[in-house]
Amino acid sequence: MPCAFIKFCCQLVCEKLNVCNDRIRKSKMCFDNKLSEGDKINLSDLIGTLDKTPSALIKTKKQLKNLQHNQSTLETPLTRKETERIQREVAFEKTSKEVSRWQSVVLQNQKAEQLVFPLNQEPSGPKRIEQVVAGWKAQTPLEQEIFSLLRMNKQPLHDPVLTPTEEASLRAMSLEEAKIRRAELQKARVLQSYYEAKAKRERKIKSKKYHRVQKKVMRKEYLKQFDEMVKTDPAAALEELKKMELSRMKERMSLKHQNSGKWAKSKAIMAKYDDGARKAMQKQLEVNKDLTLKLVIPADEDEEDEEESAETLPDFVNDAEHILDQVNPWMRGKLSTDPMVQEESNRLDPPVVRPRELGTPGEGRDDQEEDEEQMEETEEEALLRGFEERPDQPKAGPGVGQGESPALLEEGLVRVRTLEDVELLSQDVSASDPAPLTTTQTPGTEETDTQSATQQADKKRKRKKMIDPNEVLTKEAKVIKMPLAPTAVEDVEGKEEQRVIIKEAFAGDDVISDFLKDKRKQEEAGRPKVIDLTLPGWGEWGGLGLQPSRSKRKRFRVKVAPPPPRQDQKLPNIIISEKRDSSIAAHQVCQLPFPFENPTQFERTIRSPVGRTWNTQNTVQKITAPKVVTQLGAIIEPIAREYLIKDNRQAVTGPSINLESDQGPQKKRRSQQKKKHKRKKN
Amino acid sequence: MVSPKIFSQSTNTLPANKGGYCPQHPVGEVTRKHMAVRIILLFIHINAMKVKVLSRNPDDYVRETKLDIQRVPRNYDPSLHPFEVPREYTRALNATKLERVFAKPFLASLDGHRDGVNCMAKHPKSLSTMLSGSCDGEVVWNLTKRECVRTLQAHEGFVRGMVVRFCGTSFFTVGDDKTIKQWKMETPGYGEEEEPLNTILGKSVFTSIDHHQKEGVFVTCGQQVDIWDEQRSSPIRSFSWGVDSFSCVRFNPVETELLASCASDRSIVLYDMREATPLKKVIMNMRSNTLCWNPMEAYNFTCSNEDYNLYTYDMRYLDKPFTVHMDHVSAVLDVDYSPTGKEFVSASFDKTIRIFPKDSGHSREVYHTKRMQHVISIKWSSDNKYILSASDEMNIRLWKANAAEKLGLLAPREKAAVNYSQKLKDKFQHHPQIRRIARHRHLPKSIYSQSKELRVMKEARRRKERNVRKHSKPGSMPVVTEKEKHVVTVVK
Repeated sequence: MPCAFIKFCCQLVCEKLNVCNDRIRKSKMCFDNKLSEGDKINLSDLIGTLDKTPSALIKTKKQLKNLQHNQSTLETPLTRKETERIQREVAFEKTSKEVSRWQSVVLQNQKAEQLVFPLNQEPSGPKRIEQVVAGWKAQTPLEQEIFSLLRMNKQPLHDPVLTPTEEASLRAMSLEEAKIRRAELQKARVLQSYYEAKAKRERKIKSKKYHRVQKKVMRKEYLKQFDEMVKTDPAAALEELKKMELSRMKERMSLKHQNSGKWAKSKAIMAKYDDGARKAMQKQLEVNKDLTLKLVIPADEDEEDEEESAETLPDFVNDAEHILDQVNPWMRGKLSTDPMVQEESNRLDPPVVRPRELGTPGEGRDDQEEDEEQMEETEEEALLRGFEERPDQPKAGPGVGQGESPALLEEGLVRVRTLEDVELLSQDVSASDPAPLTTTQTPGTEETDTQSATQQADKKRKRKKMIDPNEVLTKEAKVIKMPLAPTAVEDVEGKEEQRVIIKEAFAGDDVISDFLKDKRKQEEAGRPKVIDLTLPGWGEWGGLGLQPSRSKRKRFRVKVAPPPPRQDQKLPNIIISEKRDSSIAAHQVCQLPFPFENPTQFERTIRSPVGRTWNTQNTVQKITAPKVVTQLGAIIEPIAREYLIKDNRQAVTGPSINLESDQGPQKKRRSQQKKKHKRKKN
Repeated sequence: MVSPKIFSQSTNTLPANKGGYCPQHPVGEVTRKHMAVRIILLFIHINAMKVKVLSRNPDDYVRETKLDIQRVPRNYDPSLHPFEVPREYTRALNATKLERVFAKPFLASLDGHRDGVNCMAKHPKSLSTMLSGSCDGEVVWNLTKRECVRTLQAHEGFVRGMVVRFCGTSFFTVGDDKTIKQWKMETPGYGEEEEPLNTILGKSVFTSIDHHQKEGVFVTCGQQVDIWDEQRSSPIRSFSWGVDSFSCVRFNPVETELLASCASDRSIVLYDMREATPLKKVIMNMRSNTLCWNPMEAYNFTCSNEDYNLYTYDMRYLDKPFTVHMDHVSAVLDVDYSPTGKEFVSASFDKTIRIFPKDSGHSREVYHTKRMQHVISIKWSSDNKYILSASDEMNIRLWKANAAEKLGLLAPREKAAVNYSQKLKDKFQHHPQIRRIARHRHLPKSIYSQSKELRVMKEARRRKERNVRKHSKPGSMPVVTEKEKHVVTVVK
């Protein structure tokens, strides 16, 4: 049966292809032979022919052999449900990857200061003529002539608006590169102007000593050059020598550096008493001697060196200055602080934690209370932490914890129609609002504090009849001595040790007196002060050394009415702050709003004014620019795929330019210079 | 040094006053005063012979033409303008109050339907055209004139869904009569009959339809989700995944081959048009009615749920929504994103419309009128300025998207003032007095009491849970966040 079937197949194939292929014919012959023998066909028979063919089919051979040996049955295919599930998973992976390409665009839009819709706006304004007139051709001879001229000069005619050279230049330099180049040029220009300014400044310096030093340096340089010249070009050196001789002669004729100048005369007077002046005179005389001597050999090197060490300015004067802020020319000339010193200073000042002061009308609250508040908050945070998101998912937005976040709207039955209604609304608030807020959100804030304080006060009042609390605080505690039965010896020793340690640690601490001092200070601060409004010179003579008359002073001294008695007046061991003003508190922000991380940040945003009164026109425009700008009557279409492509291209070109590489060698050079100076100093 | 102002004054005014009578001052007094000035000046002249004279460039203060605005020199020295924070605070307060006073969002009511309005469609190319389908026929509207342009009897029974083709030349409708019909956007000429371009007869009722952004492909849902080619009368692909009825299907406007649908088994299913199988589905506690993709963020969509909430999902992480939007007090029936993708508007069975910022848990605005009944369909106009709501009581209402916004062209100064006051409002929004005014909204009594009741219930539930947790073995009662509560499973 199988033989017949295979034969039939072979025939069928041959007929169908209708190709006179030798190979097929041969194989058919082979099959025919086999079939004529009447045997069964084994797999090995088929493989046998394969054995003769070389390496190309080795793989299939192996597979077939494996099949021959393998007796076990194939696994059943997966069920339809499972295959579908796998397909779904694969498809989902694929699409989610595809969609994730938008992530950067979405984030960018979220962070954007301003979004202008519709997104793909064409640039407004008139279009170029070349774009408008596309299929236009020169017809008249004049036009043709013009065009031929343009063509000769390689001027653009139609669509490419730029000339080839312009295009080449555009291609040569991208915008980023151009920017960098421009920055470099700018820097160079700034440096140049700086050096010019420096030269000008130096020229203006009147200090003689400075110029002397300068001259000496110049001279030394000159001599060095001369030495070299002697070696390389003796003829020129000879001429130079002549020049020097001439200058010497001139000097001699002018008779400078003798004791005839103004300075020298004054020094001569001073020389009797002042050692320095005497030395200066001597030095001048020496110079004179030098100059008037006929020179054969240039001055002695060693001597000069010594002088130099005495007189020259410190090395850093001649350094290429170390620029702190490269952009800002005003930042030059500052000496950089030593890093070590800076570190130390950093270590010395611990990070200052500022008390939580919120709200516009500047008003501080008591530190103690704030601390407590913070404590409360941290507890709340700890509670909230349980509600936080799982970390494995990316945070897509500032998703507020739903249960905890306050509603954006306060819905009520009152309808606001006019300004009076609004006014009423705000009045209601001031009467009713703050109390529930504080009680619900921060149970341990000022309100409760004061409550507890008053409660305590009540209790104290009751007790007062028996014990005066003032005395309790100030009097020393009576030490009661008790015989201690040593129950566990080691324990007692340990305790003793600890006590000693604590005693040593708090040796100079007198907590109670400190507290009392503190309280007194606060009381002092709260006491009313006399305001002196006297102005000198009104109604009487004024001037230096004249005081306003006594009667006037008496008249213009305003005494402020004493404030109500302090709440903690009769509570010696409590300080109740009087700084909190409930009337202002109703207008203040009591909790740090969401995006801010610390109160100072929030205060800063509030403190900086926005309006035209305080800012220039441009700044106001920039600050008050709306976050979303839409055009009137323009249809905003969904973001298109082109946007994504554009964004990607930007991302590719953006960071490729390395700004750091330019600065590298400069830094190196600078550090080398520093090293050199150090060596010199040593 | 002598001030040049005084100098010039004295020389100018003295001769003038000699002759005439000055109404303000009696003559004698004036002359005496000026004599004094003159003496002082003389004195100075003798002392220092140098006289300084002001020289100004008239270009700095003279206008070129009289049509120019007068230049007002300003001194920005902060010491001259003290109390900047209190002043700005007052301005912010006033701006907030005015905003509340001018918050009049309701613009117009389009009446003319003789049955509840079931669906609406925006025109992709024209802002002033809008389509609405009612429970008995359908109407094309012109919004600028607020009048009905064309009426046609599209289906027998409800019009379930309608969508305008991306080019705006034709539109598709599906109805309870198991047909999909394509219509021309142009009104037929005089004597011509209203006839659909194409009619496809389906096997079952279609509940929703949406069109591809760029190609001639649309999708319908009913018993299964079918993708149709406009040229063929049978679907090119149909998806079903053990669900027998879908309520809504939407194409993703950004990644245009993606789809999402809401099914009656409380699930949201994602599809890719190019794949043979659906992608994934998430099953929630209650059924989602509709969903809308964010037109600016390819992977985010928001669905309106029967449990009074809306959920915004990232399609890559379906195991929990990244924001739960609460505030409605009844089932949410429809949702539509603003074309800027920053906000969305939802319509609810509680007869209100609410506007939510896309990443905030609560609404920023609530709209309602006395006569508006259950809001069934809602659309945000594609210029981001208006909202259209269709409700049960046969009306379509036109609202402003920003309640206090002034419509129409603004003069540049007006625009600057608006921007400034907006900035001030943002800056001081956390101050309690301002916040109170800015957040105040009027609600009908029924909704108000209902929301109060809901709040109480929620608080009670929370308290109970807390108590149970307190009294059970630590760790045995895991904390389930609000986001996780509403998702049952994600089926892969």
